[in-house]
Amino acid sequence: MDDVILSLEGVGKIFLGVVALSDVSLSIARGETHIVLGENGAGKSTLIKLLAGIYQPDTGAIAFNGQSYQPKTPHDAQLSGIRIVHQELNLLPYLSIAENLMLENLPRRAFGIVDRQALNRRAVALLKEVGLDVDPRTRVEALGVAQMQLVEIAKALSYDSKLLVLDEPTATLTPPEIGRLFAIIKRLKARGVTIIYISHRLHEVFEIGDRVTILRNGRLVATRDLHGLSVPDIVRMMIGRDIADEFGFDTSIVPGKVALSVTNLKRDAATPEISFNVRHGEILGVAGLVGSGRTEAMRALFGADPKLDGVVEIDGKPVAITAPKDAVRHGLSLLTEDRKGQGLLLDLAVDKNITITDLGKVSRHGLVNRRAEAGAANDLIGQLRVKASSIEQAVRNLSGGNQQKVVLAKWLFRGTSTLILDEPTRGVDIGARREIYQLLWMLAAAQKGIIMVSSDLPELMGMCHRIIVFSRNKIVGEVPRAEFDQERILSLAYQEYVRP
Amino acid sequence: MSETSESLVVAPVSPGRAKFLRFLIRDAGVLLALVLITLFFSLTAPYFATPGNALKIFVQIAINTVLAAGMTFVILTGGIDLSVGSVLALCTVVGATVMIDESLSPAVAITLALLACMATGAACGFLNGWISTRWKIPSFIVTLGMLNMAAGAARVVSDNSTITGLPQSFVDFGNLIIGGFLPSIFLVAVLVIAAGWFVLRFTVFGRMIFAVGTNDEAVRLSGHNPDFYKVAAFTISGLTAGIAAMVYLLRLNIGSPIAGVGYELNAIAAVIIGGTSLSGGKGSIIGTLVGACILQVLSTGLQLLGVGDNFKPIVIGLVIVLAVILDAYRERLLRRIR
Repeated sequence: MDDVILSLEGVGKIFLGVVALSDVSLSIARGETHIVLGENGAGKSTLIKLLAGIYQPDTGAIAFNGQSYQPKTPHDAQLSGIRIVHQELNLLPYLSIAENLMLENLPRRAFGIVDRQALNRRAVALLKEVGLDVDPRTRVEALGVAQMQLVEIAKALSYDSKLLVLDEPTATLTPPEIGRLFAIIKRLKARGVTIIYISHRLHEVFEIGDRVTILRNGRLVATRDLHGLSVPDIVRMMIGRDIADEFGFDTSIVPGKVALSVTNLKRDAATPEISFNVRHGEILGVAGLVGSGRTEAMRALFGADPKLDGVVEIDGKPVAITAPKDAVRHGLSLLTEDRKGQGLLLDLAVDKNITITDLGKVSRHGLVNRRAEAGAANDLIGQLRVKASSIEQAVRNLSGGNQQKVVLAKWLFRGTSTLILDEPTRGVDIGARREIYQLLWMLAAAQKGIIMVSSDLPELMGMCHRIIVFSRNKIVGEVPRAEFDQERILSLAYQEYVRP
Repeated sequence: MSETSESLVVAPVSPGRAKFLRFLIRDAGVLLALVLITLFFSLTAPYFATPGNALKIFVQIAINTVLAAGMTFVILTGGIDLSVGSVLALCTVVGATVMIDESLSPAVAITLALLACMATGAACGFLNGWISTRWKIPSFIVTLGMLNMAAGAARVVSDNSTITGLPQSFVDFGNLIIGGFLPSIFLVAVLVIAAGWFVLRFTVFGRMIFAVGTNDEAVRLSGHNPDFYKVAAFTISGLTAGIAAMVYLLRLNIGSPIAGVGYELNAIAAVIIGGTSLSGGKGSIIGTLVGACILQVLSTGLQLLGVGDNFKPIVIGLVIVLAVILDAYRERLLRRIR
C-alpha cells in the first residue's frame, strides 16, 4: 500500500477481564473508503472509541499520518484531524444548526460576542457541501434524523478532518436518504477525505466501499478488497457460518381469523383516519418513510399516545384502550422502536426486565418469588438464546440483538395474542436478526397476530404475508405477498409527498 | 450499539465474582466508610468511644433515619421531597394536640395521636405525589410549595405556640433505654428501616419502585401505571414524616410549629451518602441507615474534637459532595462489571 494514513499494530482492549478487542492490525490507505463490518459485540464500537480518544488501548499502537497517535480525550482526536460521527447523534437540540456546526470554535467579535453573520455565512457553505438546503438558523430539534446526520457530517468537515469515521450512519435512514448520504460520501472521497464506514447493512457497503475489514469476537477476521466479494462471502466471515436463506418464509402457515382490527383510527384533528387489520398467524408488514406516521399510529393504537377517535376490535369484540395497560390486558404487546429509551430497564437485571410485564405470575400475596422468577427468566433466555452471563446481568451490558431478545422475552412472558414490532431488527446484528425472524415465524405458527413496522424493505418483503404502506400519515395501499415489488411499495410510500 | 459492544464476553467475569464485586462497590463501600470514620474518631476524639456517646448517637439519628427511610422511596422513583421537615412540624402539633386532650385516657390519646400523625403526614405526601404526577410538575417545586404550606398549617393548628404537657407514660417511653443499650426511639427507627427494606427487597411493590425509577416510560409501555407508584412513594415519605413526628415528640416532648427546619436536607443527605442515586432506580435503604449514621458520627465526632459549630457544617457539606462524586465513580465501575 502506497500511502497509509492510519495504521493499527496489535491493538487490544480489555475491560475487567473481558476482551473487547484483541491483536487488531490494520492499515487504512489515504483517500479510501474503508468498511468495517461485524456483528454486535464484534468490537467495532471499541475500535471507534479507541480512535475517538474515549478509550486508550491496553496493547499495541496506533499511528496516524506517520506519527504515534495517542489521544487522551475526544478533543485530542479532533485536533489530530480524526472526526467521529457517532450513531447516537451528539447535537444540541435547542441551538441552531450554525451554532451546532461551530460550537467549539464560534466566530467572535470584540468582547467575546458571537459574530452571527460570519457564523451563518460559514454554516451555509458547510451545509452546501453536504447538500443540506436548510436555513442555518433553524433549531436542530426541528430537523429529521437524516438531516441531523448531515449536520453532524458538516460539523466534521468544519474541522478540516482528514479521517472521518461514520458509525452506522444509515441505521435510521430511509432508502432515498441513504442514496443522498452516499452521494455525499462519494463527494468527500473525491475531495481526498479518508472514510471509515461502520455498518450492519451488507448490501449497501458495496456501493461506497473500497476495502472491508471484518471483525468477529474482538478479533480481525480479514481485510479484503470489496471488489469480487459477495454478500454470502462476507456473512460467512462475519458469523463464521453460512446463512442460506435469510428469511425462510414459511408457506405452510395460513392466516386464520382477524385477530386485531382497527377502524377509523384518528390521532388528532390534523391526521387522516386509518383502518387496517391483522389475522391470527399472519405477519403484517407496515412500510413507509421514517416520519410517515407508522410509529405514531401503532402508539395510538396501543394507548401509548392519546387518540381522538377510532374503534379497536380484538377477536371481533370492541375494546376500550386509553392507556398501555388496557392494551396489555387485552393481549397486545408493543416492541418500541426506541429499545433503550422505552423498552428496557437498562440498569436492572435480565430477569427483572422479563417479569416486569406480569409480576403477578411469579409472586404470591405481593411477594416476589425469586426462585420462580429466575426459573421463568432462565427458560425464556434459553428459548430465545439470549447471550448473557447470567439472568442477573444488567441489560445495559448486553449487545443490541440480545437486548431486543429480552424485550421479546418480556412479552412472551406475559403471553400475547397480537404483537406489534416497531423496527425490531434495528441495530441488531445479522445472527440475532435471523433468530428474531425465526421466532416471529414460530409465533405466527402459534397463531399470534404480528404487525411488523420496518424501514428495511427487503426484510418486510421476506417476512410478511401482506404489507400496508403509510405515506404522510395515511395508509395509501395494501400489497399482498404475491404482488410484492420493491418499486411499487416505494412509490406508494412517496405518493403523498410528491403531490403538491 | 455504541456502549454495549465493548463488554462482549470472551472471558466473562464469573457471575459469582461479579456479584461479589457489585456488593463490594455498591454496598460495602459506605459501610467501610462508616467503620473508618468511627475508628478515626475513636482514636482521636476524647470520649467518642464510650458507651454513653454511642447511646447519644443512637438517640440523635432516630428522627433523621425515619425521615430518610421514606425519602429513599421517593428518590428511588426519581423524585425528591423537600417538604418532610415542615410536614414533621405539622404532625408534631397535630399529634401533641390530640395527645393532650384530657377527655381521653393516655392509651387512647397516644394511639389516636399516632394515627393522626401518620394520617396527616400521608395526606401531605399523597398531595405531593398526586399534584406532581397529575400535572407533570417536578416534585422539587411541588414539595417546595408543600414545605411552606405545611409550615403555615403547623402555625395555624398550634396557634403559633409550643404544645407541652404530653402524657407521662409517653414521655417515659421516649426516655426508655431497652436493656441499657437500645433507646426506644432508635428501635422505632430500626423497625421503620426494616419494614422499608422488606418492602423494597421482597415485594412486587418494591420491585415496581425500582423499575419506575429506572425507566418510567418503559414501565408504562409494559402495561403499568407508573404514576401510581410515584404517588405511593410520596405518600410513604409523608407517612414516615408522621412517624418521625412521633419520634420527635418522644424525644423532645413538645409539639412545635418551628420543629424540623432543615430536616429534609439531612434526610436527603443520608439517602445520597447511603448510595442511592438521585436519578432514581438505584440504591438501598440499608445504605440510607448507614448514611444517617455517617452524618451523625461526623457531627458528634467533630464536636468532640473541638471543631467549632461554624466549621462543622463546612466539613459535613464537603462529605455530602464527596459522596455524590464517589457515586458517579461507583456507577462507572458497576457498568463495567457484567
